[in-house]
This record gives sequence, structure tokens and C-alpha cells, in this order.
Amino acid sequence: MRPFLILLAFVIALPVWAEDIVLGLSKDQVSINTSFDGSEILIFGAVKREEPIPDEPRLHVIVTVSGPSERVTVRRKEKRFGIWVNTDAVEVDRAPSFYAVSSSTLLGLSLTETEDQRHSVSIPRAIRSVGAPMNITDSESFTRALIRIKSASNQYQLNEGTVSVDEQTLFRTAIELPAALTEGVYETRIFLTRGGNVVSKYETSILVRKVGMERWLYALSRENAFLYGLMSLAIAIAAGWGASAIFTALRR
Amino acid sequence: MQIFLPIAEVSVNAFLLLGLGGLVGVLSGMFGVGGGFLMTPLLFFIGIPPAVAVATEANQIVASSFSGVLAHFKRKTVDLRMGTVLLIGGLIGAALGVLVFNYLKSLGQVDLLVKLCYVVFLGVIGGLMFLESLRAIRNTRKGAPPKRKKHNWIHGLPFKMRFRVSGLYISVIPPLVVGVAVGILAAIMGVGGGFIMVPAMIYLLGMPTKVVVGTSLFQIIFVTAFTTMLHATTNYTVDIVLAVLLLVGGVVGAQIGARIGVKMKAEQLRILLAMMVLAVCGKLAMDLLLQPAELYSLGAAGGH
Repeated sequence: MRPFLILLAFVIALPVWAEDIVLGLSKDQVSINTSFDGSEILIFGAVKREEPIPDEPRLHVIVTVSGPSERVTVRRKEKRFGIWVNTDAVEVDRAPSFYAVSSSTLLGLSLTETEDQRHSVSIPRAIRSVGAPMNITDSESFTRALIRIKSASNQYQLNEGTVSVDEQTLFRTAIELPAALTEGVYETRIFLTRGGNVVSKYETSILVRKVGMERWLYALSRENAFLYGLMSLAIAIAAGWGASAIFTALRR
Repeated sequence: MQIFLPIAEVSVNAFLLLGLGGLVGVLSGMFGVGGGFLMTPLLFFIGIPPAVAVATEANQIVASSFSGVLAHFKRKTVDLRMGTVLLIGGLIGAALGVLVFNYLKSLGQVDLLVKLCYVVFLGVIGGLMFLESLRAIRNTRKGAPPKRKKHNWIHGLPFKMRFRVSGLYISVIPPLVVGVAVGILAAIMGVGGGFIMVPAMIYLLGMPTKVVVGTSLFQIIFVTAFTTMLHATTNYTVDIVLAVLLLVGGVVGAQIGARIGVKMKAEQLRILLAMMVLAVCGKLAMDLLLQPAELYSLGAAGGH
């Protein structure tokens, strides 16, 4: 009886796991050096399957890249006594420093609401805001403002229709990373969906780190702050004296 | 040429920063102001995080003031004795100011108070200087002799000291009080305080304008060096790459500025400074009065 049940479970489970993702990244590490001015990452792959391609429903691909999360305070201004003042503030518990969603069609078409909730795919779902203070009744408008501000600086991106899928097998997309990038591990997820349901999921990560002088200065400023401060002052004094000496020499 | 700043974590145009540094440097050398009250808002505008802008600006002011003060030393327009007295007051004031700043921070709304401070002080100082220098210019045109310095209550105070370079024989109490007051304001507003110090020296202490600039720069070097160290060790917000770019432009500008300043008449110098102060004041007042395009703003959480 037991071997039969296991076999049965395998047969039932099989169609769900029948499509696997084989992934490639143009680079799995982004180095921030002095001349860093944003970067583009190519994400491509193929769908591996044992049986013929099911015709309906169509295969869709969603790619998300998510930077390290941080707590963010969103403040709102109001007019008080004739001037604009920060009044209400809502603390968002977890907001990714960078978040990009790319999909092969409209996100709403390729993913049901339930699946979005389960996997936290869309931008509003990727942000976790637990509670607002009692006196604030419209906490969603703070979350919306966060998304609006982050989208304006290209930190949050919703790229619908930018994943190209060929023959329901090969897919590729490019993610644009902006110049203002936080160091850390960027979680990259790829979802295959059919009829709005996730049929396969693949996770990998891209490492973003400072290199060379950037890394050295950053580390020094944190680990040896006093020395770093003195170095800043020494450079300032030397530059001030140097300019003065050069100008004096020029006048003679 | 784009360059990535290691602490600010943004990519900016290097030539833009050199240019900004140069512009503010010229003003610094001309008027004896650090230029922080101009540079800091400009850095916000090009997308540098405010905390980094304020801290790095302090470091840059050290460089441009040092460059400027050397030029003034050569012309013997630095009153070292007066500068030292002001500096002692300034450091006491800065320490007090940090306490006040932290207290305001705990109440929240520190941004608003800083801005209001700016508007009020820039407005009052700029306005007074503008009117006074306008009157002085008109008087010289008419050929009327400039008013002689009057003896007032300040001259009745004890602990008199001779300030030879300034040609003054006054009590040390007024300069000390001026130093403390400027130190407090400088710490709260995150600037060197030159734009307050310069008028205070001219109008309260009665120092000659030519000496005021060099002496103010001398004092600013120490106050901003102190501020830089404070920011570097507590907030880690001094961006050395940003500072280098700003100060390369800044030191060159300060040299040019000091030479322009010497060639100009005192009244013209003062009216220009007054106009600049009023312009910045107007800009900040507008920000408070007009509805901003984006009512919401983001900030790091828990960073109080």
C-alpha cells in the first residue's frame, strides 16, 4: 500500500514540477569602483521539461531583483501656521533598497492576487509595513508615497513586457541597476507561471560590492574613524596651503 | 566625468563639483564666510544625502578657509589676538550648541528649526547690512564724511585688551560673547558661522572690514575642523572623495576671491554679501511658504 501511495503522490506531483528553470546571468557580481555609473544585468535561461510543451494556458516568466532591505521613515508635510512642516510619520518595517519586477506580459495577467501574496512579487507586496501610529488612518498613502519616490529615482522598477519568451522555452531580460546602489546581496527570483499560477521558481543572488579605493575608504571610515577624520583634515590643510603656495609663485 | 562617492553612495559629475567648489571658494575668499550656508543647499540639490553634505561641507570649508587665511596673512589682515578670543568663545559655544541640537532632535522637528533659524538670521543680518551699506555708499557719493565710531557702553566693560591689528582697545567680554553666540548657532545650523561672525565683528565690535575677513577665516578653520572630526567619528558621514573634489575647486576659488576682495571698497563688499545672504534667505523662506511638489519624504528609520 505504501509504495503505491508514494508512486501516486509522485504521479500527481509530476505535472507541477515538470518545468524547471536553467538560468544564466551575464554577471553574478557587480563591482562598484570610482567610475561606477549604474550597471545592466542580463538574465537569461531556458525551461527544461520531460514532456511536450503544454499549449494552454501560456507560459509566462517573471523576474524580480531585490536589494538589501532597510527600515524607512516616511514623513508627510502639512501646512501649519502658514508654513510647511513635517507632521505625520510612518515607519515602514522592511523596504528593499532596490526592487525590480520584469514580466513577459502585464503582471496582473501573469500572476493571480493569491500567488502574488504568497510569493511577494509585485512592488507593494515586497514592502512590509506592519503598523502605523494610531492617529494615522491612511497608512497606505505613505506606502504609495514610498513607491512613488523610489520609482522616480529608478530604485523601484515595474517593467511589464520586458521579458522576451521564445517558443515557451527560452527567456531573457535585462535589469538596469541605477548608479546609486547599496552594497549587499541582491536576491534574484525567476517565476514560471501558467494561468496565473506559479509552476516553477528559481532563486539565485547577485553580489553588489565596492572594490578598490571605494572599498578601502569606506572600510577606513567605519573601522578607523578617527584616522579617517584626521586624513580628511590633512588633505584639506595641504590643499589649502598648496593652492596658496602656487598662487604666490604665479604672482612672482 | 561621472564619479562614484564611497560614503554618499551616489554617482555625480566630477566637473560639476569642481565648479561648485570654485564658485563658493571665490565667495569665501572675498567675504570671509565659509560658504557652508550656500554650499550645503546646493549639495542637497544635486542629490547628496543631507547628513553627508553637512559633514563633508565642514571639511571643505577647512581647506578653503586655510587657503584664504594664508592670503590674508600675507596682507597682514588677520587679527590673531582677536581671532583667538573669538575662537575660545566659539568652541565653548559649539559644545553648547551640540547639546542644544541634541535636545531639539529629541523633540523632533529639528529640520524645521534649522530652516527657521536660517531664515530669521539670514533675513535680519542681510537686511541690516544691506541698508547700512546702502547708506554708507550714498554718504560717500554726497561727500559727507563717514560717521566716527562712538563710545558706547561696550567701552565701559572691564578686562580691556589692545587689539593692535584692528586698532581697538576694548574689553574681551564682547568678543567672547560674540564667539559663544556664533558657536551655538554654527553647531545648530551646521555651518562655520562666518555669515553671522562677519557682521557681528563689523557692527558689534567695530572692527575694520578689511581685518574682519581674515580674522573670521582664521576662526572658522578651527571650528569646522572640530565639526569635521565630530561628524567623522560619530556619524561616519564625511565623504573624502566629495571633499577633495569640492576643495580643489574651493582653494583655487578662495585665492582668487581674496584678491578680488582686496581691490573692492568695503561698502561694495558688504552690500554684495548682504544681497547674497538675502537671496539665500528668500529661497529658504519660499521653501517653507510654498506647497512642495512632493509632500512626503523618506528618511532612515531609527537614526535619531
